[in-house]
Formats: sequence, structure tokens, C-alpha cells
Amino acid sequence: MAIKEKQTLLQSVPESTVLLRELASHLRDNRIPLREEWTRRIIEVGLLTAMTREEIFAEATTVYDNYVALLETGSVEAIQAYAHDLSERIIQRGVDTQEVLGIVLLLRDVLARALFKKYQPDVVLFNLVLDAFEPAANRIAKTVGVGFVQERERTILQQQKAIRELSTPVLQVRDRMLILPIIGSIDPQRARKVTELLLRGIRAHRAKVVVIDITGVPSVDTAIANHLVQAVDASRLMGAAVIVTGVSPAFAQSLVTIGVDSTKMNTVGDLQGGIEAAEQLLGYKLIKISETTRNNNEK
Amino acid sequence: MRVQIFKHGNYLIAAIPSALSDDDLLELRDDLAKQVGECRASALIVDVTAWDVMDSFAVRIFRNMVQMIRLRGADTIIVGIQPEVAFAMVQLGLTLADVATALDLEEGIEYLERQKENRAFLTR
Repeated sequence: MAIKEKQTLLQSVPESTVLLRELASHLRDNRIPLREEWTRRIIEVGLLTAMTREEIFAEATTVYDNYVALLETGSVEAIQAYAHDLSERIIQRGVDTQEVLGIVLLLRDVLARALFKKYQPDVVLFNLVLDAFEPAANRIAKTVGVGFVQERERTILQQQKAIRELSTPVLQVRDRMLILPIIGSIDPQRARKVTELLLRGIRAHRAKVVVIDITGVPSVDTAIANHLVQAVDASRLMGAAVIVTGVSPAFAQSLVTIGVDSTKMNTVGDLQGGIEAAEQLLGYKLIKISETTRNNNEK
Repeated sequence: MRVQIFKHGNYLIAAIPSALSDDDLLELRDDLAKQVGECRASALIVDVTAWDVMDSFAVRIFRNMVQMIRLRGADTIIVGIQPEVAFAMVQLGLTLADVATALDLEEGIEYLERQKENRAFLTR
């Protein structure tokens, strides 16, 4: 093609935004078959298995129309709202967030092929069409993807905060005896907070024995083992003996690894044993009231 | 800086104010060791309730003092370590491992009484 002719052709081709409007209108006109195609592909690839075909088709209608509208107007806020709406609609039905991105990308493919079919004969125009379509479609996919990642991260942060705030009560169960049941994972911050609470509890209750139960601590590593040793040592400085209960084999291994002198750390298998040992240390003895004595008293 | 030292039966009680300089600590150590001998006390109770910090120097001096006093035939017990101080100490790895400790004065005296009984039992 001569250069002059090419230039004329280029001049007669509409600008990007105008082009987008035309594309959108074409995609809207053909929405019924294209939606069908999209739904078919979704099922074929094995996405949205938690939904029935009818459910998928019902959701597909709104999602499709909104997608096409976004292609045309495409502000970031609008796309973010779209992504948010998408996750609310679909995730309700037990769908994974990864699947949502998957179906958005599939829709992009279906629409791209539809445009190919229409504009392909005119190579120059087709390239302009792609120049207009691709950035718009990519913007949608990227915003949806990033939106989900941020949502996930927000949830993770919330859960971490909740775990940190799991209260660790320091409970007095006998005169001069405290129990500290630790539930949940311990990070350095929580370990510090728990140790502070424990030491203040020793002072407030004038405890002579503390039973620290770690049955509820799921994961163990040398860092946690170190925190525990510090809590034990600090308690001893305040004149309280510590009995550690609920030590799992993995935890025992961690303690050995950090070189804890086993004669210095008093451990008992379970909480019941620990409380009994603590009572003995304090000079208590538990005696069961015998049946005959009780009958005698009742007469 | 003169530290108040009280006599309670056979025991000597020293309540140590906070903010003792390193020199004061050394002087205190020698002073207490001397007093234990002069009063023929069977034990010394060092009360650090007023302290908001205990550094490695203080720990070293205290351990010194405990050994010195033991050589003179008496026990020593440190009482009144506060939660914040205990926490700071263990983080620095200062555990006062070979020194007896108790929550407060009352507990300290009870500990010494028990020690006396045990000893009496062993030497029967």
C-alpha cells in the first residue's frame, strides 16, 4: 500500500476512545452469544464448580454487562467497585478468589476473539482495535487481581491482630498458686506481654508457684522456647517456682536444642499433673472424703 | 551514701535505695559483709524493692557479696525484685542463678526460717 493511501486510511480511522465506544457497542449487541460462549468456556475449563450452570449464567449476565461498560469508561474507581461487587456476588457461593480472576481473564479471551472475528479482515484497523482493547482489558484484569490480593492481605492482618489480642489470663486457683494457660501462637510481642502479665500477677497475688500450660501452643521453635525460659527465670527472680505443663515432644526438642538445663526447668506432662505438683510444693495434700465418713456425717 | 540496716533477730535487713553508683555498691558490699560479722548474724536480707534497674555490674557485686558472706557462715537472700527489673535482667541473661531470691521481706524471712529448720534437721 502506498504511503499516501495508508495515511488517508489512518486519518479516516476513529480515535481510541471513539473506537472503544464502537467495540463496546459491538460487544453489547452480541452479548447473548458471547455470554453463552463465556459460560461454556468457564465450565469447560473447570471453574466455578461450586455453582450450577444456571447460576453461572445468571451471574454472567451482570458481570458481562458491567465488564463491557468498564471497557468503555474504565476509571480505576469504577473497576475497583466492579471487582468488589464481583467478589461479593461470587464468593458468597463458595467460589475461590483465584477463580474470579480466572473467569475475568476468560471473558477477556472471549471478547478478544469476537473482535478478531469482526475486524480481522482489515489488518490496520484490527491493530488499532487491539491497541484500544488491550490496555482497557488489562486494566480491568490487573485491578481485579490487585484488589483481591489486597483484600486477602487485609484479612490476614486482621487475623494476626486477633491472635495477638487473644487474652492470656493469669488465674489464681489456690492461695499462692497461679495458672497461666497459653492458647494460640506466640510471637515476640505476645510473649513479652504474657511475661509482663505473669510477673505482675506474681507480685499481685504473692504467688509462690506458677503453672504455665503450653498445651494450646500449636507451633514451637527455639524462639518461643527462649521466651519461655526467660519467663521461668524472671519468675524465679521474684521468688516463684515455675512448673511447665503440656510440653509436646517437638517443644522438648526445642528446649534441648537451645541448651536448657533440664534440672532447672520443671516440666510435667499435663496440667492435672502440674497442678498436683504445685500443690505438693505448697504443702497441700488432696484427700478424698470416704463414703463411710460422709454417711456418718449425714446421719 | 549510708544504707539503713536493720536487725531482726538473727537476721540483718538492708533496704537499698535506688540509684546507687558503682562506688556506692562496692562500699555497700564491704559494709554489709563487715556488719554480718560484727552482729554475728545468721543471714542477710537485701531488699531491692526500690530499684528500677539492675545491671550486670550490680549482679556481679551481689554475687560477690553472697560468696563473701557465706564464707563468714551466713546466708543471703535478695528480695523485692520488681517485674520490670526481672524482665530486663533475664533479657540480658542475668539470672542470679546461685543467689536465693524471694518476692518480699515476709517471704524472705520465711525462706530463711525454712533453711534453718532444714539445717537443724540435717545436723541432728
